[in-house]
Amino acid sequence: MIKILYFAQFRERLNCESEEIHPDDLQQESLTIENLMAYLAGRGEPWSEVFNNNQRMLVAVNQEISRTGTLIKDNDEVAFMPPVTGG
Amino acid sequence: MHNIQLLQEPFDPSTEISNLSRANASMGAVVSFIGMMRDINEGDEVESMTLEHYPGMTESAINKIVEQAQQRWQLGNVTVIHRVGKVRPTDPIVLVAVTSMHRGEAFKACEFIIDFLKTEAPFWKKEQTGRGERWVEARVSDRDKLSDW
Repeated sequence: MIKILYFAQFRERLNCESEEIHPDDLQQESLTIENLMAYLAGRGEPWSEVFNNNQRMLVAVNQEISRTGTLIKDNDEVAFMPPVTGG
Repeated sequence: MHNIQLLQEPFDPSTEISNLSRANASMGAVVSFIGMMRDINEGDEVESMTLEHYPGMTESAINKIVEQAQQRWQLGNVTVIHRVGKVRPTDPIVLVAVTSMHRGEAFKACEFIIDFLKTEAPFWKKEQTGRGERWVEARVSDRDKLSDW
């Protein structure tokens, strides 16, 4: 299973803190961050609005900020988060 | 040596700085930055703020920033304490304190750590104002400042 976490504005807009997705559900031979985002956007509103308008979205894979094209494997933890505002 | 803590409750920066200052007698310089909760932002009065974070990743992100500072400058000890949860005006939000043998390295390392913490450690602030709640927007100037390093 792939564990997915949503933070801050995204958690609120999606009304979802975390979920698990079976990699087979995505029907991809090698799954990238973009494939996962397209799958989530395909759920309709509010998912499509959050994931289609994602220029200011940070993605972490296994708690490391990741670039586009990063591959996701079974048992990975993927987090979608807005730009950070600590300090 | 470094001491990284995320705290739900208010803390006293002067106690932390005092402990850090005495930890190693060969260090002659202590530089600290304290970020305070303000009661005004974008022209509105702010009553309180809630700090969300990503447990696990936040600690490792701060740890990585501190390790980079330690590789770059010769430092003694480093303390980074950050609040999470509910914060009220005049509460300290973050403390970065650094010791080194002489002042130059401690000044630089302290600023480096807070600059990267603000742009790389996963924290999100939500303000409670008289006009309702709102998420704080990330500042472009914080990201631009990283190019100084």
